[in-house]
Amino acid sequence: MLRYIGRRILIAIPTLIIVSVLVFALQKLLPGDPVLTMAGEERDPQVLEYLRERYRLNDPIPVQYFVWITEAMRGNLGISLRTDIPVLDLILSKLPVTIELAIMAMIVALAIGIPAGIISAVRKGTTVDYAANVIALSGLSIPNFWLGIMLIMLVSVRWQLLPASGFVPPTEDLWLNIKTMLMPAFVLGTGLAASLMRHTRSAMLGVLRSDYIRTARAKGLLSRKVILKHALRNALMPIVTLSTLLFGELLAGAVLTEQIFTIPGFGKLIVDAVFNRDYAVVQGVVLCTAVGFIIMNLLADVLYVVVNPRLRHSA
Amino acid sequence: MKKLSLMALAAGLLMSTAVSAQTLRIGLNEDPDVLDPHRARTFVGRIVFTSLCNKLVDITPDLKFTPELATEWSWSDDGKALTFKLRPGVTFHDGEKMDAAAVKANIERAKTLPDSLRKSELTSVDSVDVVDDMTVKINLSRPDATLLSQLSDRAGMIMSPKALASADFGQKPVCSGPYKFVERVQNDRIVLERFKEHWDAKNYNFDRIVFQPIPDTTVRLANLRSGNLDLLERLAPSDVPAVKSDAKLTFAPVSGIGYQGLTINTNNGDKAKSPLGQDKRVRQALELAIDRDVINEVVGQGIFPPAGQPFPEASPYNDKKFAANKRNVEKAKQLLKEAGVDRVKFELTFGTSTTTQQISEIIQAMAAEAGFDISLRPTEFAAMQKEAQAGNFQVNAIGWSGRVDPDGNIHPFVTCKGGLNDGKYCNAEVDRLLNEARIVNDETKRKQLYDSAQTILKDELPIIYLYYQPWPFAHTKKLEGFKPYPDGMIRLKGVKLAS
Repeated sequence: MLRYIGRRILIAIPTLIIVSVLVFALQKLLPGDPVLTMAGEERDPQVLEYLRERYRLNDPIPVQYFVWITEAMRGNLGISLRTDIPVLDLILSKLPVTIELAIMAMIVALAIGIPAGIISAVRKGTTVDYAANVIALSGLSIPNFWLGIMLIMLVSVRWQLLPASGFVPPTEDLWLNIKTMLMPAFVLGTGLAASLMRHTRSAMLGVLRSDYIRTARAKGLLSRKVILKHALRNALMPIVTLSTLLFGELLAGAVLTEQIFTIPGFGKLIVDAVFNRDYAVVQGVVLCTAVGFIIMNLLADVLYVVVNPRLRHSA
Repeated sequence: MKKLSLMALAAGLLMSTAVSAQTLRIGLNEDPDVLDPHRARTFVGRIVFTSLCNKLVDITPDLKFTPELATEWSWSDDGKALTFKLRPGVTFHDGEKMDAAAVKANIERAKTLPDSLRKSELTSVDSVDVVDDMTVKINLSRPDATLLSQLSDRAGMIMSPKALASADFGQKPVCSGPYKFVERVQNDRIVLERFKEHWDAKNYNFDRIVFQPIPDTTVRLANLRSGNLDLLERLAPSDVPAVKSDAKLTFAPVSGIGYQGLTINTNNGDKAKSPLGQDKRVRQALELAIDRDVINEVVGQGIFPPAGQPFPEASPYNDKKFAANKRNVEKAKQLLKEAGVDRVKFELTFGTSTTTQQISEIIQAMAAEAGFDISLRPTEFAAMQKEAQAGNFQVNAIGWSGRVDPDGNIHPFVTCKGGLNDGKYCNAEVDRLLNEARIVNDETKRKQLYDSAQTILKDELPIIYLYYQPWPFAHTKKLEGFKPYPDGMIRLKGVKLAS
């Protein structure tokens, strides 16, 4: 097992190097000049030149990359061109916010997706199944930003139940924190719930057709017991791995959701950084996301081995 | 027992302050950049500085100068020295004393800090003398009529010299304004609290000011309507009817000191080599093809007053004779005929936003009737800036946030070496007039110079002005005493929330 994990980590290293090169190169391909953006309406050529020197933008691109990557390996991701705040501090302060959002959204997704998947599999071909399918499809096709704005209009403006946007750290006011995160988590979660529901449904259908379920039923076991204990356990396996992989999708969705609900998380950080050509922040954030994604993938593989004993030997 | 009653007392005190503490929550259009007035560049940053940092002088709604940290000022006869008498008894947020030495240190920092963005605003300043504790004299290398207006903005904000020594000043600014810095969470909020020792503290009513950047205009308004914000800046014009019809909200627009316009590439690289760039008659035709009233009514909901010149209506340098032309398609066609062209093709570049998109489409449709085939190119703003400087554009729809002094609205854009002259328009006579206007302090003489320059520019049209940039604010009806200023800043003197 340990050897397996070790090998996976080794494989991750070249991936990370490729990602870092790609991020760096893509950034340079972005139109626009970070120094011009930084100087804004004041275009004093002397100042522009000073800023170029200070952020080493005059060096050849491979040199810039080398400087950045060696510093990054020492844990120094540079400082934000826009606000002077060290990139690492920015990331560390934004990451918990997005993780909270992701976890809450995941809870929403699981709470809706799995029961809906089971019900529509058990009641296959009935009205309930079709209804669940329609709801799942709408969950997939309704864009986050639209649902978000509609919810704000209804829940915050009309009913005045929840704050329209913003974020309060849980350490400051836990109840208010949950209140501000409810709508964003719901918006982000419903999209995922749909794909979870579809996967649960098909996995359950596969399992329900198998011989041992028929045997269990023939033994006269309670239908609920058959479904929840015998069928669901086996059907859950692909779902567990899917859920870990969905965290990647969650991060992508968080970019939009955080923008709508003005949550100062990871997604908002990167969008604002791209628009402001805050190179250091974009590079830092993407690198961290890549590392996070690789870790999640690794976790998924390990989990898969843990739930599925047949894979242990080949591992 | 004694301990317990003490605790109860403390709890009671805490509760009572919590009840009486008044917080004002302001929704901003974007997150400000670094909070160091010498290095900052954003408009929203200036809104925060208005509460955080006092300046030597401030402006009135009709763009006159009014005392702030300086109580009076006088020019020497040759116009090469400006002397300020400072307000006595002013302290910085860190308890240090504000005096002539502090002013000297600040102006010198603005001029010498390597990444100071205030250098170009203070080029005429040669040296600063401390005359006595409360008197400071600024010596100029040449007369400079724009200096006072520069000192009414970021270049005139005085920070605590002691705090300036620390490396992270931009993250923990220390000034002498009515509110002092508490904390900042990037992209989320900037919190200020009342500075009790401020010289005018009795006129400031809030205990806390929370600035919240909410870029999406719909969400910003939703926050105001749901009561999470008390005041917001830059309401989207399309939301004006919604605010007006909301019984709980007040719409407070003001015509600003900036403008929106079309910058035409007349002289910057190959893209300038088109009938539009080379022949002023074609540009005149384009201007006559545009109906600014339609833009005002359809896109601006009535808050985009037509502009025919760079100086706002509130400015004494604005002159009716340069008012915007009315639309005249026949005359436009005539001009194109005289120029020997049948139809004119060009590309109009604009920064992506709903408003500029709508305006560009309207211009495209209106100009087509006069003989222009316009293709539209929406570009993200940072990319547009770079392309503009490199001359990679034909016509840019771009605006200017505006400056109090007329020079800031015209000189950088149309003088041969102007830092913001993207189209590289160059006319020796315009240069001469505008350079002279920089050093003349007399308002009448100065206006004559600007009028002469405008007469040429109105004919050659390197920039077609479209409308004056408004600053539309919206706030809850409970907010009392708020007065919008043409510079778009939020001044909180005398403003309060009714309970």
